[in-house]
Amino acid sequence: MSTLTTSRTSVASAEAASATRPRRSRTRLHPLVWVFVIVVMGFSLVPFYWLVSTSLKKGASLGKGEMFPSEPTVDNYLAVFGNGDFLLAMRNSVIIAVVTTVIALLFASFAAYALARLKMRRKALILTLILSVTTFPAIAIAAPLFAIWREIGLYDTLVGLIIPKLTFALPLAIYTLTSFFRDIPRELEESAYVDGATPFQAFRRVILPLAVPGLATTAILVFISVWNEFLLAVTLTSSPAARPVPVAIAFFNGMSEFDVPLGRISAASVIVTIPLVVLVLICQKRIVAGMTAGAVKG
Amino acid sequence: MTAPALILMALVAAVPICYAIWLSLNQYSLLQAGLSRFVGLGNYVEALTGQDWWKAFGQTFLFAACSVALEMVLGTGMALLLNLAFRGRAVLRTVVLVPYAIITVVSAITWQTMFDPTTGFIPQILTALHLPGAGVVWLGEQGYAMAVIVMADVWKTTPFAALIILAGLQAISQETYEAAELDGAGRWKTFVNVTLPLLRPAIVLAAIFRTLDALRIFDLPFVLTHGANGTQSMSMLAYSELNENRLVGQGSALSILTFLTVMIVSAVYIRFGGGNIRDIAREDR
Repeated sequence: MSTLTTSRTSVASAEAASATRPRRSRTRLHPLVWVFVIVVMGFSLVPFYWLVSTSLKKGASLGKGEMFPSEPTVDNYLAVFGNGDFLLAMRNSVIIAVVTTVIALLFASFAAYALARLKMRRKALILTLILSVTTFPAIAIAAPLFAIWREIGLYDTLVGLIIPKLTFALPLAIYTLTSFFRDIPRELEESAYVDGATPFQAFRRVILPLAVPGLATTAILVFISVWNEFLLAVTLTSSPAARPVPVAIAFFNGMSEFDVPLGRISAASVIVTIPLVVLVLICQKRIVAGMTAGAVKG
Repeated sequence: MTAPALILMALVAAVPICYAIWLSLNQYSLLQAGLSRFVGLGNYVEALTGQDWWKAFGQTFLFAACSVALEMVLGTGMALLLNLAFRGRAVLRTVVLVPYAIITVVSAITWQTMFDPTTGFIPQILTALHLPGAGVVWLGEQGYAMAVIVMADVWKTTPFAALIILAGLQAISQETYEAAELDGAGRWKTFVNVTLPLLRPAIVLAAIFRTLDALRIFDLPFVLTHGANGTQSMSMLAYSELNENRLVGQGSALSILTFLTVMIVSAVYIRFGGGNIRDIAREDR
């Protein structure tokens, strides 16, 4: 894997290089390759387009399966915003995702710094343990937490969801941050040590400010994964009071047998998707850097 | 400095796992309040001798094999495209990230509406063009339901595989290609003999991450079929014992079995798939 460990930086540098790369490589693009480009774009965008299109249809026009709604309407959106349970679910999701991200980043930044820099015994073992937690199937902790939370009153509460979501957010954050910290030149702290700083001071005054981009990237990745998580959310909640968005939408979907409110489900789906798509598009480069850093480096 | 994070993780990960093991050794139903009885490995024997577990096991592996294989092939193709310098590459890279931003439950609903016999556009296109699969209620039939789940998963996670493989691709030095060109190798030969072997570690790594994720699949079958028509995954089976039948002991045994399955597969991967993870750990010392 040694060839890959430097690849996150090479993604960035290749990107810079591509701007100045000789024109030659652009003109050589075969027409067939353009077909592939269009197929890939279609594959990525058509389902999302279809969701938006469905959300703008109403009543009988839903049954026609048209690609372009003949009589577009925003009624479904108005209905979703008028639905108290959906707004509650949005609030729950925001609280859960923000609190989990903040706590995970706080703990993970210490841990990642130590793993990236300090001489420690059993570092390989610790890394392996952390990595193995990321491979846990969520169902393995869902069953006992279901039982424990019911005993101690955390079942169907926001805190009861934030705690287990940390289980998976923490290792993700530690792994991504460790690789970002490793990229910061060692000499910077060494000069801090020469000036008599303790490791903690070096970390807080020198490393942390330099790590802001890495922290931001990690925050986005953790936020998205917590926002997306479903199994724990569905196992550990039973009422709209604590239900986050994915669960609310899934239940919305199966609630009415006679009139499946497809238009409203699609509208709700679009509403929860747009902010994330915008976030991903704005932070595109960061996310690519973070995904490849977390994955490729470990 | 790692201690606080490790203690927190031990609390939120190790304690529940240990408790799950204990619960799995008991007969414990929430329908009969407070009734808990130690039955040893009874729940495991029941699961391993019954049909449900092995069916879910087979269906999960079938899903994992199909989706990971497709994701690796398409991901490699996508990575090669993203690696080309052409006008619009930035747009392409942005566009492929759109499915990644869509939460799994929403992507499940999207695919459900696309294949819906009355409101979806895919059945209409298939019928109009007399293609195979026309007239099929996709989510209501064995085989077809699995195909929709695989497609939905491929749609959402191929970009992830592509980005990891792209990182590997960009680590291959330009000189390697120049040497191949000097040797008179054509494009296809260069790809098969130079690019693919050098890309292997990246593809293996992407496959590891995707396989471990695929074996834990839950949201897609939950929304698309609720586990019907040959799409019950291991996680879904454990969930239904727990949440629908309220059998905590049985559900825990099934979740421990799921856990062990994933652990064994990741151990096999680490042992044979490539020294990636070991190398990363070693490099750190």
